[in-house]
Amino acid sequence: MDPVAYVILATILFCIGAVGVLVRRNAIVVFMSVEMMLNACNLTFVAFAQMHGNLDGQMIAFFVMIVAAAEVVVGLAIIMTIFRTRRSASIDEPSLLRN
Amino acid sequence: MNELAQMNAVVEVGSAGEEWAFWICGTLAVIGALGLVLSRKTVHSALFVALTMINLAVLYITLGAPFLGFVQIIVYTGAVMMLFLFVLMLIGVDSSDSLIETLKGQRLAAILMVLALGVIAVAVIAIALDGTTTIGINEANAEHGGNVEGLASLMFTKYLLAMEIVAAVLITAAMGALVLAHRERWSPKRGQRELAEERADDFNRAGIHPGSLPSPGVLATSNAVGTPAILPDGSASELSIPVPLRGKKHPDIPAEPEQIAADFEEVAELSESETVREPEKLADVTGHLELDEVYPDSHNDEAGTGEFELPPAPDDEGRS
Repeated sequence: MDPVAYVILATILFCIGAVGVLVRRNAIVVFMSVEMMLNACNLTFVAFAQMHGNLDGQMIAFFVMIVAAAEVVVGLAIIMTIFRTRRSASIDEPSLLRN
Repeated sequence: MNELAQMNAVVEVGSAGEEWAFWICGTLAVIGALGLVLSRKTVHSALFVALTMINLAVLYITLGAPFLGFVQIIVYTGAVMMLFLFVLMLIGVDSSDSLIETLKGQRLAAILMVLALGVIAVAVIAIALDGTTTIGINEANAEHGGNVEGLASLMFTKYLLAMEIVAAVLITAAMGALVLAHRERWSPKRGQRELAEERADDFNRAGIHPGSLPSPGVLATSNAVGTPAILPDGSASELSIPVPLRGKKHPDIPAEPEQIAADFEEVAELSESETVREPEKLADVTGHLELDEVYPDSHNDEAGTGEFELPPAPDDEGRS
């Protein structure tokens, strides 16, 4: 299978994730959409590793996974803290800094 | 490690099986991504994401990255998505999105922009990849004896510094999560003594009863937790109902105290007219039952007055 097919699939997933980030307003759904975009990038890394015939792309994808896991931990803790003070998980709510 | 080496041999990159896997798993991954964006409930979104992650793991394996595939399943579907579901349960499952657009036309604009992004990306990729040849990962995997060995040799030579930094990042993230999720206790913890003193204070100041609240009513018609206990004057005790259920009229409670009094009189008359409590009548009713079986202590009822001598009650010191 041509790597281009994998890259196009990754592009589709990335675009759907971007739509989720822009359109949905529940913080957790937005966060999951970001995870989807990270996964799409990982798929391109692995596909290009296969295309170029070395393991560096897989290594980078592995690091992306680790950093994504760390990011999920901190992000969910932030969402929980915001929910505790505002009783809401909507990303429209925390606009205190606007004025 | 032999199993992984075998797996590399089985999943031949470029075979017809890989093509099948790509079309099936790719379709399922896109369906999962669409479900994430389109489903109204957050739990459904999380499960759709898990579907996408698993299918991406299969695609990694077909692309000659079995280690990444398994890490994907273990880390993403096993840990990250479960963490998402855990936080979802903490902040309430029914916190669904509102459908109102706060910015007018934002949804349409977002979809159009992202479509444009996708078109540009596909075009750029197609131009950039035109005329390149695919080498294939099999040789690179076989160089150190397998995919895991190859990654390990890279991880601890070329990417050693990145590995150390990632370890620091992970520890910092764990500490950050601890600090963020920690709730500071502003007042000292209240123990049994403080609570008792508070109750006595309330009694002194406002006359609030210091004892426990009355338990809900156990009536002939209902013993549900929402049934209030009936006070001696026939009114229902509001205090005996749990706070969320207070203020609701219970159908089992007669509204008028006179009705209650009449009911009590009726019951009293019934118990006087039908002297069921007398042992002779009881024997008549039960018929074949011997009196001794019903009341083993009835031998001391010599006078036939219907009164029995009760066994001595245990005194207070005898209680365990």
